Amino acid sequence: MASPREPEPPSETRRSSDAAAYWRANTRLIAVLLLIWATVSYGCGILFIEWLNRFSIGQLPLGFWFAQQGSIYVFVVLIFVYAFAMDRLDRRYGVEE
Amino acid sequence: MSALASLPVQASGMDPTMMWTSIFVGVTFTVYLYIGWRNRVTETRGFYVAGRGVPAIANGAATAADWMSAASFISMAGLISFMGSDGSIYLMGWTGGYVLLALLLAPYLRKFGKYTVPEFVGERYYSETARVVAAICAIFVSLTYVVGQMKGVGIVFSRFLEIDMWQGVVVGMVIVAFFAVVGGMKGITWTQVAQYGVLIVAFLIPAIAISAELTGHAIPHIGLTASDIAQKLNAIQTDLGFAKYTEPFASKSRADVLAITFALMVGTAGLPHVIVRFYTVKSVRAARYSAGWALLFIAILYTTAPALAVFARYNLLDSLHEAEITSVETIEIEGEASELYHLARPDGAGGSTPIEWATNWQRTGLISFHDVNGDGRIQLDNVDGHFAEATIDRDIIVLSTPEVARLAPWVIALVAAGGLAAALSTAAGLLLVISSSFAHDLYIHFVDPDATEAQRVRVGRIMIVLAIIVTGWFAIHPPGFVAQVVAFAFGLAAASFFPVILLGIFDSRTNREGAISGMIVGLAFTASYILGNKWDIMFAIERPADWVAPWFARPWFFKISPEGIGTFGCLLNFIVTFTVSRLTPPPPAEIRRFVEDLRVPRAAE
Repeated sequence: MASPREPEPPSETRRSSDAAAYWRANTRLIAVLLLIWATVSYGCGILFIEWLNRFSIGQLPLGFWFAQQGSIYVFVVLIFVYAFAMDRLDRRYGVEE
Repeated sequence: MSALASLPVQASGMDPTMMWTSIFVGVTFTVYLYIGWRNRVTETRGFYVAGRGVPAIANGAATAADWMSAASFISMAGLISFMGSDGSIYLMGWTGGYVLLALLLAPYLRKFGKYTVPEFVGERYYSETARVVAAICAIFVSLTYVVGQMKGVGIVFSRFLEIDMWQGVVVGMVIVAFFAVVGGMKGITWTQVAQYGVLIVAFLIPAIAISAELTGHAIPHIGLTASDIAQKLNAIQTDLGFAKYTEPFASKSRADVLAITFALMVGTAGLPHVIVRFYTVKSVRAARYSAGWALLFIAILYTTAPALAVFARYNLLDSLHEAEITSVETIEIEGEASELYHLARPDGAGGSTPIEWATNWQRTGLISFHDVNGDGRIQLDNVDGHFAEATIDRDIIVLSTPEVARLAPWVIALVAAGGLAAALSTAAGLLLVISSSFAHDLYIHFVDPDATEAQRVRVGRIMIVLAIIVTGWFAIHPPGFVAQVVAFAFGLAAASFFPVILLGIFDSRTNREGAISGMIVGLAFTASYILGNKWDIMFAIERPADWVAPWFARPWFFKISPEGIGTFGCLLNFIVTFTVSRLTPPPPAEIRRFVEDLRVPRAAE
């Protein structure tokens, strides 16, 4: 998972640059997660589905499994990963509620 | 085919299915009314955003019930069953949008902390025009969508309890009216939590039973993956002359599958009744987790449905193909004489077992047979994409499963209660959006900005009642376009709300001029494409055979079907908004501060 290497917690004088760093770390995390999102759905489930169907998971063609099962599992995991990662990021930058 | 016939009824006496259905519907409706009463509200915050006190996990369940409609519950598994691999457009399309919602929209809209989506658009783009355009879009999208829900309530009532459809619609309207008017968003939220419980149990029990029977695994997902059921289905499909079930792009092109999946995902993330659910949680952090819970709860149904689709289709083909016709009688279905086939399955030892569910369901008109070649057996071979000697409505996949799996009558009744829960929960969420757009964004804002709390809530309640009456009228007298609205609702949400909200948060340079022109271009393109492709169906006008105007011909844009055009409307909106914003003056300084504030969870001192 993306581990942002940003400077340590904010001081009063550097608030706006810290806000910018927080936002950069957030958008970088979003980009990584959306890349995975697109890969499992549009990649595995649509673009490369025939190729993946040459393999199988259990007794089901793998591409079909991604299109109707696997991609949805990954979606759920992605959202929780984002929520956990943002908890850490919020604390690191001291912006939690 | 009409879906209004009643459920199979046994020969005499009080039918146990109807008795159980009456009990379940009575009990669940009483619970919904009680919850609505317990959560009655008196102030705007309670009425529109449930006082922002909804825990993340409860909001997740409420969002799931809000999202999963009568169509998700009753029709989706059947739809997939008839589409095979390409059914993934609905599975991925209607779940993948939650990732976009959780990462790109929900936390920031929660931080914004007002009541409606048009309100956000209006404030971010410092424009009353933008707010009005957004409010009208929200009303249009939600109104078209809710009509289908009310109709779903009527269908379930008429099919399971044998009362007229209009009476079913009226009962549904009264129930929703009560808990929505009394409880507002708070009442709706906690009712939806209960409704999620009912609908998921009702969906899972038959799926588990049929999985255990056909694959030996009680968990449908494992039955689908670990057993050879899909291979056996593929073999039957090939024998009958159909494409293999797991073969992709048998019914739609790859480009179309891509476009539809993306349009449904982005449309999901842009639907106002989904977005507004995230206004009700306690914090930005809760909004993030809440999206995860919502998708988890949705995924339980959405990953079971494709397994059910495979099981049901296998069972249908395996038991009906080459079934023997033991006798044929003439019965009356909706005033028309039709043939009722009694079928039996040869058991290989000279005897045969009657297929009772097939006999029962013919009475509903959802399945019918015709022994075209007169050989005394039913063949299901592929003739021009249809079964040779059977006509099967896709709704039968979910509705007949309990009987196919030989479950008790109370399970069938539970399915009825589940279908009603799905329809009522979605209808309530949509009605609140319609009410808040009228009351909060249009009436209070423009007509009576100095209204007191009590007046605001009263206007909201009146608007809900009006919306329910309008909806009920449309549900009983559906205009021709209702069946086509799914393409519209998602296409318009994808082409209008999603890009404008996303850029509003992630690009502080986006200004009023950009947002308004982007929305107009996206909407005009998407609406005209859908209308151009479907106007004859929508308005029941016959298309002239020699029609040549290219714009209104069948899918002219790379053969993308109308369901998928929202993808291009959305991209067009992004391009126009981005470009126009850079060519016109930047937004005022306070808007830049507004955006900076949105991006940080902690409230500014």
